[in-house]
Amino acid sequence: MTATAGQRARPAATYDVDAIRADFPILSTRTSRGRPLVYLDSAATSQKPRQVIDAVAGFYATGNANIHRGVYELSVRATDAYDLAREKLRRYLGARHAHEIIFTRGTTEGINLVAQSYARPRLQPGDEILLSALEHHSNIVPWQLVAEQTGARVRVVPVNDAGEISLDELERMLGDRTRMVALSHVSNALGTVNPVARVIELAHAAGVPVLLDGAQAAPHLEVDVAALGVDFFACSSHKMLGPTGMGVLYGREALLEAMPPYQGGGDMIGSVSFEKTTWAPLPAKFEAGTPHIAGAVGLGAAVDYIESVGRPAIAAHEHALVEYATERLSAIPRLRIIGTAADKVSVVSFVMDDAHPHDIGTILDDEGICIRAGHHCAQPLMRRFGLAATARASFALYNTAAEVDALVRGIERVRAVFG
Amino acid sequence: MATMNELYQSVILDHNRSPRNYRVMENADRHAEGYNPLCGDQLGVWLKLGDGDVIDDVSFQGSGCAISKASASMMTAAVKGKRRDEALELFDRFHGVVTGQRPAAEANLGKLAVFSGVAEFPVRVKCASLGWHALKAALERQDEPVVSTE
Repeated sequence: MTATAGQRARPAATYDVDAIRADFPILSTRTSRGRPLVYLDSAATSQKPRQVIDAVAGFYATGNANIHRGVYELSVRATDAYDLAREKLRRYLGARHAHEIIFTRGTTEGINLVAQSYARPRLQPGDEILLSALEHHSNIVPWQLVAEQTGARVRVVPVNDAGEISLDELERMLGDRTRMVALSHVSNALGTVNPVARVIELAHAAGVPVLLDGAQAAPHLEVDVAALGVDFFACSSHKMLGPTGMGVLYGREALLEAMPPYQGGGDMIGSVSFEKTTWAPLPAKFEAGTPHIAGAVGLGAAVDYIESVGRPAIAAHEHALVEYATERLSAIPRLRIIGTAADKVSVVSFVMDDAHPHDIGTILDDEGICIRAGHHCAQPLMRRFGLAATARASFALYNTAAEVDALVRGIERVRAVFG
Repeated sequence: MATMNELYQSVILDHNRSPRNYRVMENADRHAEGYNPLCGDQLGVWLKLGDGDVIDDVSFQGSGCAISKASASMMTAAVKGKRRDEALELFDRFHGVVTGQRPAAEANLGKLAVFSGVAEFPVRVKCASLGWHALKAALERQDEPVVSTE
C-alpha cells in the first residue's frame, strides 16, 4: 500500500483478533486472584508476541556474538542480524537511508540525544524551544536541561478543553528566536493525534526544525518520516511489541552528519589517538558501546509482526475499540472522559466524581483489569485540566470489545463501593 | 489474601467521603507537605503544639485517593491530644503494620487497625502512609516537602 503520513485507513474486511491473541502468551495467563488478564495498559508498554520472544531467545541461543569486529562467521551473522533490523525500521518509519536510523535505549534517550547533540551547540541565551502542553515528561525535561545549560527558554503551546493544541498559537509563537519545535505525535495521556504535518509545515516555513516524540504514534499509525519531512522522530521498541531498553531515533541525514557524537566509546570512532580521535560515519557515530543487539533483533521481529497483520487493519480495529469504549464509558453517570479530541488513537482517559483514579485502579486490578492510574508522566497537562491524576485505559491490536465490557463491569463495581 | 472489602471498609469510605479536620489551619505552629511523585498526590498537615509538646490541634488538606484521605483523616483524630513523642511512637506502630513488618494483632492500633489490610496491597502502602509522613515531618520540623515512595 502507499504510505500516507500519519493517516488511518479503512477497516479491514476481516480481523482475526483471536488468532492475534493466541500469539501473545501472557494474554492467556491469570492473575494471582485467578482472574483472566484484561490488559488495557499498552500505552505504558505493549505485550510481546511469541514471534518477538522467539527472535530474542533465538538470537541468544544460536546467533549471539558481538558485532562489527569479529572476523569469524558468528560475528558476521550477528552483525547482519543487527543491520537487517535497522533496515526493517528504516522501512517501517519511511526513512530514505538506513543510516538515518539510530538505535537508542528508547524515546527518552533519543530526545536527550537531540537536545544535547543538535540543540545545545546551537542555542544562545534568549533562544526559544517550543513544546506543547500535552507533552510527556520525557519531551519536557531534556529541553529544560538544555535551556538551563544555554540560557535558552522553553515556551509552551496551549491546548484547548478537548486536549488539542492550538495551531494559531503555535504559529503566533514561532518567532525569530525559535530554534526547535518538539511535539508529541500522539499524546500518551489523552490519545490526541496532533496535526503534525501542519506543524512541520508551519515550523519549516519559519526555518525551525521539528522533533516528534513518536512513542505513542509508532505502534498505531502509519508513520512516513520522509513524506512528513520531519527532522527527528523518536520512538520506543517496548510500546510497539518489541523488547524494553530499545528504541529508535530517526534523524535527517544532513542534520545527523553535522552533529557531534552524544556519547563517546567503542564502535563510534574512526580512529583514536591521544592527539586526535575521528568519528565513525552514521549511524555508528551515535551508537557508542556494544548496543542492545538482541533488542534490535526483537524490534525487527516486532515490526515484521505488525506489518504481517497490517497497520491499516490494526488502526481500524483500535479505532473501533476506542469508539466503543468512549460510547460505553460516556453512559456511566458521574464519569467524565478527559481528552475528547476529534482525532484520537488508542487511549481513553477518565475521572469519576466519587472515586480517585488509584482506587479505581485497585478495584479493577482485583478483577484482573490492568489500567494506568496517575499523572501519566504529564503533570503539566494534568494541571491544565485541574486534575492530579486520571484513570487511563489504552488499547492495542490484541484487545477486544469483550475487554471493554469487562472494564465497564469493573467500573460498576467501583461505583458500588464508592457510590 | 485480603479482599477488596477488607481494603475499602465502611469506616474508610466514611472518612473518605467526610474527612475529619480537613482544613488549612491558620496560625499553625508546624506545617509539612507530603508528596508522592509517582502519582502526584499531595497532602498538607498543620499542627498546633501546646504545653508539654501536646498536639492541641491538627488538620490536613490536599488531593489523594480514598486510602490516603481516610488515613490522614483518622490520623488527625488519633493524634489530637497526644504528646509529640506519643504521636511519633504511634507513627512507628502504624507504619510497621501497613508495611507488613509488624503483625496488626500486636500493634494495638485501635480504630487505625482498619488499615492493616493495606499491607496486602503493596502499591497502596504509600497512600496509607502519606499523611503520617507529613505529620512526622511537621513534628520533626523538616522544612522540605517529604516525599513518600515507601
